[in-house]
Amino acid sequence: MTVKQLSIFLENRSGTMTKVLDILKETGVRIIASSIADTAEYGLFRVICTDPQKAYDELAEAGVAVALSDVFAIQLDNRPGQVADTIRRISDAEISITYMYSFLFHGKGLLVFRTDNTEEAREVIRRASLKSIAEKDLIDWE
Amino acid sequence: MIWNPNKECMSRDEMSALQGKRLHKIVKYVYHNVPFYRHKLQEMDLTPDDIRTIDDIVKLPFTTKQDLRDNYPFGLQAAPPSEIIRIHASSGTTGNPTIVGYTRKDIGVWSECMARCLTSFGVTRDDIFSVAYGYGLFTGGLGAHNGVEMVGASVVPASTGNTEKHARLIRDLGITGIACTPSYALYLAETMEKMGITKNQIKLRVGAFGAEPWTEKMRDEIQQRLGLKGFNIYGLSEIMGPSVSYECEHQNGSHINEDHFYPEIINPVTLEPLPKGQPGELVFTTLTKEGMPLLRYRTRDLCSLMTGECGCGRTNVRMTAITGRSDDMLIIRGINVFPSQVESVVLSMKEFAPRYMLVVDRVNNLDTLEVQVELRQEYFTATFDTPAAIDELKKRLSDKLRSVLSISAKVSLKAPNAIERSQGKSTRVIDLRNQK
Repeated sequence: MTVKQLSIFLENRSGTMTKVLDILKETGVRIIASSIADTAEYGLFRVICTDPQKAYDELAEAGVAVALSDVFAIQLDNRPGQVADTIRRISDAEISITYMYSFLFHGKGLLVFRTDNTEEAREVIRRASLKSIAEKDLIDWE
Repeated sequence: MIWNPNKECMSRDEMSALQGKRLHKIVKYVYHNVPFYRHKLQEMDLTPDDIRTIDDIVKLPFTTKQDLRDNYPFGLQAAPPSEIIRIHASSGTTGNPTIVGYTRKDIGVWSECMARCLTSFGVTRDDIFSVAYGYGLFTGGLGAHNGVEMVGASVVPASTGNTEKHARLIRDLGITGIACTPSYALYLAETMEKMGITKNQIKLRVGAFGAEPWTEKMRDEIQQRLGLKGFNIYGLSEIMGPSVSYECEHQNGSHINEDHFYPEIINPVTLEPLPKGQPGELVFTTLTKEGMPLLRYRTRDLCSLMTGECGCGRTNVRMTAITGRSDDMLIIRGINVFPSQVESVVLSMKEFAPRYMLVVDRVNNLDTLEVQVELRQEYFTATFDTPAAIDELKKRLSDKLRSVLSISAKVSLKAPNAIERSQGKSTRVIDLRNQK
């Protein structure tokens, strides 16, 4: 139901992102999706990739400030209102979305988000039978 | 263990009498051998006979770093060149370097004082001891070296640089003691971790750390990472080099070798001597030095003195940790700020590496202070995967800084290892106000 996401602290100066990307390149993992939370002073580079643990180990080893967190990954059908319906289920349970982004996976929309209450959100998703993607699905995606 | 109980455990009366006798002798010596001091004393209508007891010291003029520069290179040297057997020089980043010549007797006193320090740290002839202060013009390397030889331990003159080789030797030779700067100790720990050398593979048990100010938090971190007990050693090349004062096992201040270096605390602004126990600028008079004796030399180091017998049995006066430098002191928006205050705050938060940089600037006629700190990978957990959480961490640091410094500081987060490490004395302040 959840997948591992890398959260990488990047200083706002040129070259910091290249350093991280070069390490990922060396490691041989493939980036599936990414987003950046930008602030005036730094950025948080969020990455979903084919082997997050390996990528994490290599980045940490290289002294990059990186964290591994669990985020939900919900697969959507390609029709209007899908995002609204999914998010309503979460908000109806009075759970807040901390951040969210989306990407295409196997031609279908995938919604990635973190909430302020992972356990309850997990329960809501299970009860609503929302279609979620597991870690394994990403790694096996070759 | 005490190297020289006769001197380190003297009664206070005996010590004062000895200091008075030596002070009279040194004043007479400089009066006859150093024109600079003769003129100063004559201007003040003083002769060596006016200085009879140690309490008379307050009549004497001060000596400053500027006096040393103005009399470059040998103006303050009292001994004839033929008696000088070694010359050290301080890094002269601004103006002339400071030149200090030592006679054979000076080197002997230095070794003796250094042996007192090392013995107090528990170093014996059975130790293998590496000296990782820079060897060369800097007094740290050779100063510590002579002391280790005097104690009879095996000295490994590692010096700085080539840290990987040093780390390997620490493991392979079973080195038990090390002398270096506290920041180098952390750099060494980091290097070892990178090389995969663990605490269990090394036998380090004693560290003699000095040449730059450090804090209890930094001590904890070094001790934890290198698995040794860290002791403070203090010194300055103008007075001698490392060995001026040293901690004992009680680690409640550093015992001063006051039979050779007489300490006073003064108000750095009014130059008035302050009563024992009050914080101020540390001043030393060398009581036995032949090469370049100095009267009331202003160290610029800020601390206070502690009297009373210590649990270790020593009776010599102790100095507290240096809380800052009277010339390091930054005046920001009219408030006195010491880099050491920032250090104590940074070290109190495990999320940050024990390194920082202060950037002082002036924007629209208002002083600004930026504190740069490094995130630590080990503590950068999933909790920090949102800007809100990171900003909260920044706020915790800036709140603490404000309460300690009484002014607000902008916190800038840097990636791990983004702040440059120094292998010697750390440079922690960039003051851009002087460059505009």
